[in-house]
Amino acid sequence: MSGPVTSSAEVSQTPEPTGRGVLAPGRPRIPARTLRTDRWWVPQLITGTVLGLFAIYATIRAFVNTDYYAEPYLTPLYSPCLSTKCVPNSSDFGTPIGHWFPLSPAIIILIFPLGFRLTCYYYRKAYYRAFWLSPPACAVAEPHAAYTGETRFPLILQNIHRYFWYVAMIFSVILTYDAILGFRDQHGRWGHMGLGTVILLVNAALIWAYTLSCHSCRHITGGRLKHFSKHPARYWAWTQVSKLNARHMQLAWVSLVWLVVSDLYILLLAHGSFDDPRFF
Amino acid sequence: MTYSAKFRVWRGDAEAGDLQDFTVEVNEGEVVLDIIHRLQATQASDLAVRWNCKAGKCGSCSAEVNGRPRLLCMTRMSTFTEAETITVTPMRAFPVIRDLVTDVSFNYQKAREVPAFAPPADLAPGEYRMQQIDVQRSQEFRKCIECFLCQDTCHVVRDHEENKQSFAGPRFLMRIAELDMHPLDTLDRKDQAQDEFGLGMCNITKCCTEVCPEHIKITDNALIPMKERVADRKYDPLVWLGNKILRRS
Ligand code: SF4
Ligand code: SF4
Ligand code: FES
Ligand code: FES
Repeated sequence: MSGPVTSSAEVSQTPEPTGRGVLAPGRPRIPARTLRTDRWWVPQLITGTVLGLFAIYATIRAFVNTDYYAEPYLTPLYSPCLSTKCVPNSSDFGTPIGHWFPLSPAIIILIFPLGFRLTCYYYRKAYYRAFWLSPPACAVAEPHAAYTGETRFPLILQNIHRYFWYVAMIFSVILTYDAILGFRDQHGRWGHMGLGTVILLVNAALIWAYTLSCHSCRHITGGRLKHFSKHPARYWAWTQVSKLNARHMQLAWVSLVWLVVSDLYILLLAHGSFDDPRFF
Repeated sequence: MTYSAKFRVWRGDAEAGDLQDFTVEVNEGEVVLDIIHRLQATQASDLAVRWNCKAGKCGSCSAEVNGRPRLLCMTRMSTFTEAETITVTPMRAFPVIRDLVTDVSFNYQKAREVPAFAPPADLAPGEYRMQQIDVQRSQEFRKCIECFLCQDTCHVVRDHEENKQSFAGPRFLMRIAELDMHPLDTLDRKDQAQDEFGLGMCNITKCCTEVCPEHIKITDNALIPMKERVADRKYDPLVWLGNKILRRS
């Protein structure tokens, strides 16, 4: 690195070592890696902290293997519960996994929503910036000597995002089904509703909105067409998805936070901390 | 509403240079370019700056103000406090010629490399017929004023000079997306986008979108849709199979 910025002619005339990136030969010799004066690290710090907290929370919850079902509510983190080790009544889609899987049944299914969010175009932006510092912020030099983006293994695998999206559509249906099951009471009788029902309905709605606002969804519904005029129905669908897509970042956050709200609520119910307020 | 502002302006050339301090008068309603012009008129008559329209339409006055890539003519002085020192430097992703003027020929080079619009061979100019909804999407991209602020900000080349060979930058990947979406373009640009113009280098971190003075949603509407089109071609066995069975190209 060259010396501090000064306006003294002597210093500027001494040959400065040139380096990489913004210090590459020929570029204006400005030693600072950024001259930004705003607090550019704040958004990344918040993003990183919230994502980190979510990761810790979800990991603990996935492994504890308790307090995930409070009749009639199943937490979205354990849905669908596919192992015979699931607590009674919580497996609404059968138990095809049987009993061989040694760990918590959440681990089997969480891989799909996790993969969906990990390969999501928005979350990619978020963690590339917050954790990989590539870049730390716009016009702030990144610390890496070399960069190949998403051209090589493993990051080239981000291109399979659309497959996670197909599975995510199935999960949206499952979570909607879970919310509908919330219209039963603790004894399985229909026609009832409690605060938990509302929480799960909001959860299902947010998951749908997040999933339908996905960039792959936008592409599949109509973005891949060259002639919208030849496919009026798909064009209409594309315009609707595009409207949602403009809110994709917000939906990514709200749906993530609401997952925690839903899970925490059911955790507390199952733990017996309080009773679900029933409306009817 | 006249006050004296503290400015630090980078002066120099490819060999050497530094930030020089100035105190300069600022009047109500002025933009940074006005202040640079006042410096030229009063204190630094040989200060080099490129500009043309002073209306945010020619894309000439691109530079960095307080470290952020901006048009000098569209950066209002009212966005700064009177106590603030305002630092103005040339764009840092391109070779500097002198003071605030950089050599942006990298961009012209990339522009030339993108194969031109290729209409069907049997269609004479003047016979092109397109429906509005088929061209609507790419009209957004035509708002580009070629200021190259997106190219300047993109970390792929800003922070890695060596990538300039293999990466066309957001402005020209957007051009490829525009042509790929064009109802009358006959070339298939997907493999090219990935293999020759480096679309895979983009990690969709959206800095190009953040700095675009025309507010073009470069990442959401051009780069990501183009990545999806490339995924159809190169990374999606289902689409590949579907195309084989239905014999689509
Ligand atoms: S979104 Fe892609 S092209 Fe745009 S600045 Fe980021 S890496 Fe560069
Ligand atoms: S896309 Fe926007 S930032 Fe990039 S050159 Fe065009 S107008 Fe400038
Ligand atoms: S879920 Fe975010 S882009 Fe697909
Ligand atoms: S002078 Fe034309 S864009 Fe600023």
